[in-house]
Amino acid sequence: MSSPSVLYDAPGPRARARNNLLSVLGIALLAGLGWLIYAKFNASGQWNAEKWKPFLKSSTWTTYLLEGLKNTLKAAGIAMVLALLFGVTFALGRLSDHRWVRVPAGFVVEFFRGIPLLLLIFFLFYGAPYVVPFDVPALWALVFALTLYNGSVLAEAFRAGVLALPKGQTEAGYAIGLRKGQLMRLILVPQAARSMLPVIVSQLVVLLKDTALGYIIAYPELLAQTNVINANYSNLLQSAIVVGAIFIAINLLLGQLASLLERRFAPGRSSRLQAEMGAATPLGVQGTAVAPEG
Amino acid sequence: MQALLDNRDLVLKALWLIIELTAVSGAIALVLGTLLAGMRVCPVPVLRAFGTGYVNVFRNTPLTLIIFFCYFGLYANLGVTLSNDLDRNNFWLGVIGLSVYTAAFVCEALRSGIQTIPLGQAEAARAIGLTFVQNLRLVVLPQATRAVIAPLGSLLIALTKNATIAGTIGVAETASLMKDLINDNGDQTIAIFFGFAIGFLVLTLPMGYFFGWLARRVAVLR
Repeated sequence: MSSPSVLYDAPGPRARARNNLLSVLGIALLAGLGWLIYAKFNASGQWNAEKWKPFLKSSTWTTYLLEGLKNTLKAAGIAMVLALLFGVTFALGRLSDHRWVRVPAGFVVEFFRGIPLLLLIFFLFYGAPYVVPFDVPALWALVFALTLYNGSVLAEAFRAGVLALPKGQTEAGYAIGLRKGQLMRLILVPQAARSMLPVIVSQLVVLLKDTALGYIIAYPELLAQTNVINANYSNLLQSAIVVGAIFIAINLLLGQLASLLERRFAPGRSSRLQAEMGAATPLGVQGTAVAPEG
Repeated sequence: MQALLDNRDLVLKALWLIIELTAVSGAIALVLGTLLAGMRVCPVPVLRAFGTGYVNVFRNTPLTLIIFFCYFGLYANLGVTLSNDLDRNNFWLGVIGLSVYTAAFVCEALRSGIQTIPLGQAEAARAIGLTFVQNLRLVVLPQATRAVIAPLGSLLIALTKNATIAGTIGVAETASLMKDLINDNGDQTIAIFFGFAIGFLVLTLPMGYFFGWLARRVAVLR
């Protein structure tokens, strides 16, 4: 929807009065909620300056928060690259002409997409040492689990993107004498990646958020730092709020980056075509509604 | 295999807890998410801002942190108690975390559904004199919901899997049980893992097919 006003008429005097009343009521309700939280915090002394002061000291940031952030970004960075590779590989596998490639690739993708990430992390961290002759470090248990899960979701996104391309693309590719591999590499995958960009980026945001599960297997990422800071200053609530704010800021930045990329790479052809042909404009952006998983 | 069979009561109970968490949180998240979607498109700026703020905060915070906050923040530090039974208390704290997180995604799914509706629908509704709430309730939301059955289904599946995170605050669900079983029976690691994995696939795969079928069944033909 280009502007929300499609859903209601421009307010006249009565509607304006009603909207103002609702605004006041809304503000009152939110203020009430805010006060409730404030009072709850107050009752247990959470506004005590001692609990907030540590975040003004540079040492809190350099020793704990930035260190944790570094570990979070490290795990997320490695897992993002691996997951994208895994995703493209298994998408191509599922689209293969050979049954013996298509079927196993399908099994792998459906399996890892269908089980909880935490199960995978626990298996790699606690279970794998019984199977392989070495310990799996927390970082790699986390990275591999994130790769397998998000890679499988990405594989489905790539595949859906390729399948949604007009048939003419494949036919034209074959007509000019491309082989299947060339067709995929030069024509189908680039277009699919472009049209699925919003889904891919939301999945990468999911991946970044899921690194917080590393805290459960004692990987010293950002969320785990709340416990360390709490041990020093006994301010668990405050550090959780600060850590949450950092996560939100990073993810919002990623989202901004996504919309920037989208504007840069958006395949605008279909909408222009539609405008030329005078087709009915839908309430907003066209396209399938796809949600990230996680 | 033996470890799973010996503890099948515990395993089934853990899976049942996952189903309970999913059902309760899913219902709450659907109601909350619909309300938020309504807020985000409504004519009152304050409510619109609240909806946007809510979605930005909860969609971008890790679920692990939200559930961590529900337990250590709401319960341990602020003394919010939801049940006198400790297990039930943790269960409800988990439900709060899962619902407020999923609601943000439900809201966004519904909003993207609203965007797939042709302009003429909302205009026609206004032309026959429907108010904003009537427009939303009778024309826009029913069509939007039908357009996003598949994404809502994926959200429910994701919620089923996310419910394992409630295990981190002491709900005796599958992931923590699997960890305990592996630690006690190292020689049966792989069988235990696949046992639990199959338990989840039995839940999630039919859900995927069901919502795929339902989405096609109720799709609005244009």
